[in-house]
Amino acid sequence: MRIVVLAKPVPDTTGQERLGPDLRVDRAASPAVVNANDEYAIEAALKLREAAGEGTVTLLAMAPETAPETLRKALAMGADSGVLVTDPALAGSDTLSTARVLAAALDRLEYDLVLAGADTSDGGTGTVAAGVATLTGLPYLSYAARIEPSGAVVRVRRISPTGYDQLEAALPALVVATQALGEPRYPSLKGIMAARSKEIVTWSLADLGLDPSEVGGSAATTKVLRAEAPPARAATRVIRAPAAEAADQLVEFLAERRLI
Amino acid sequence: MSEPAAAFRLTDEQRALRDAVRLVARERVAPRAAEIDRTAEFPWDIKELLAAQDILGLPYPIEYGGLGADLLTTCLAIEALSAACATTGLILAVHELASLPIVMAGTDEQKQRWLPDLAAGKALIAFALTEAGAGSDAGAIATRAVREGDDYVLDGTKRFISQGSVAHLITVFAVTDPAGKRHRNLSCFVVEKDRPGFSVGRLEHKMGIRGSPTSELLFDGVRVPAANRVGAEGEGFALAMRTFERSRPGIAAQAVGIAQGALDVAAHYATERVQFGKPIAEFQMIQAMLADMDATTEAARSLLYTACAAIEAGEGDPGRWAAVCKLVAGDAAMRVTTDAVQVLGGYGYVDEFPVERMMRDAKITQLYEGTQQIQRLVVARSLLTAQR
Repeated sequence: MRIVVLAKPVPDTTGQERLGPDLRVDRAASPAVVNANDEYAIEAALKLREAAGEGTVTLLAMAPETAPETLRKALAMGADSGVLVTDPALAGSDTLSTARVLAAALDRLEYDLVLAGADTSDGGTGTVAAGVATLTGLPYLSYAARIEPSGAVVRVRRISPTGYDQLEAALPALVVATQALGEPRYPSLKGIMAARSKEIVTWSLADLGLDPSEVGGSAATTKVLRAEAPPARAATRVIRAPAAEAADQLVEFLAERRLI
Repeated sequence: MSEPAAAFRLTDEQRALRDAVRLVARERVAPRAAEIDRTAEFPWDIKELLAAQDILGLPYPIEYGGLGADLLTTCLAIEALSAACATTGLILAVHELASLPIVMAGTDEQKQRWLPDLAAGKALIAFALTEAGAGSDAGAIATRAVREGDDYVLDGTKRFISQGSVAHLITVFAVTDPAGKRHRNLSCFVVEKDRPGFSVGRLEHKMGIRGSPTSELLFDGVRVPAANRVGAEGEGFALAMRTFERSRPGIAAQAVGIAQGALDVAAHYATERVQFGKPIAEFQMIQAMLADMDATTEAARSLLYTACAAIEAGEGDPGRWAAVCKLVAGDAAMRVTTDAVQVLGGYGYVDEFPVERMMRDAKITQLYEGTQQIQRLVVARSLLTAQR
């Protein structure tokens, strides 16, 4: 089973994220990490490879040229190789532009399954994976709580507001992973050592046969008009007490507000 | 005079490995630390975690399944683990300590036999030198190993053996030549725990590192093949001393980690604790304590890293480097953790916060692998020998 995981370097949300003058995320302002939701997709891919006893896991990212170090941290979890699409002309890309680039990159890769995280912690639109599926013509199976490849098909248990939907699609297909698939593993020390020599291929727009006018800021179909800080959160009360006592205090708190 | 070691800078690889251990320590080890201390039970789950993450494999050669890490990298891992939980840092430190005689003096057959399981963390190993009557004076060991054909028969009792009750292998030092000269009459053996005649005696009830079982080990006619002797007959004492040259920095690393852990708690607490209408971090007396704690910790850390680099590079007397870093770091840990309790005041004295545990844990770093007094003896001897 050949699996490609869409893995995006994003600003570390524990750092001081900033917006640039164009009201887009200033990617130079904080250290990059692999998007947390994409780590669930990587973990799911590694488990599928382990269960199959063979196969490859390739990480695919569109990111600034500093991204290889971030991808290497994800390779340390056990992925086999990385593909990084980077080009100065990609600055200011919107989600459609990103989907075009990733779809063009997928056209040059061989795969049975594409996995993506539910959304990213920077842009957070949650639409790139659907865009990629549309542009590549892949079946799109979202919010997967379980992924079971079987021969030429993949079965997915999709989380729905009322329970689960059972989906089945022919391979190759694109599946959106969720946290229900299991916690991402910590990179082992041998994994870190091995990742240092794993291949990360870098592709430019020219390598993908894309014209800069089709992608990037100039081709963006969305425009950021305004940015506002979220409203300050009301003071948080933390109950620190032994379990039984804490439970009593919590019940009292809820009862006071007639919530129970 | 010994030459100052070349200035070092952590390599990208060392940083990557340290950061990986630090992440596991913060997210997986720290939440267990208080319980490990309270229950005083060996944390098998944490040992499995260290094995799964290859952390226990750090000090072993690559050809035997290890990471082949240098001394500094292993110490970075012990430091990162100890900042969260001193017992956990000690699991790696003891593993390394007791394996060193095999790594340094074992035959290829012995290495093939024991190191892969140790590097994989499938087996644990303990270092049995100390006896009730032979602590600082390791030459006073009474445990005997008598040659009988192709075997040795071991008789005696070891005491204060870290992880002795949970180890699968025991590195034992015993007298093979009772008539021989002091420091030339010991030999080193590896004893598998299932050998008839071997048993675990009392477990100590300790002030700190409570999750690490400190055991009495009884050897009652334990028969081991001569192939289990590590190094030549009579070389045991010298091998133990060479072992300490590489293991004492591990204890220094544990001490630096404990100090850093306590400093982190104290600094964070000072920004949250409000007295007289403002966070106590705004009071200069608190600031001075925190600054001294930071400077003390950083000084010990810098000396440790320098010592590791010097020992690895063979610059100067390795025994002196090992002793100076353990001496300074152990005292730093004791001082910084004591001050951390002071910064937290009454809250520091109760187990709601981790600093009282860290203070109890810090004390052992001034005691084991040679008391601070023994370290001074080693340093003075090295210094004065160089004057001749």
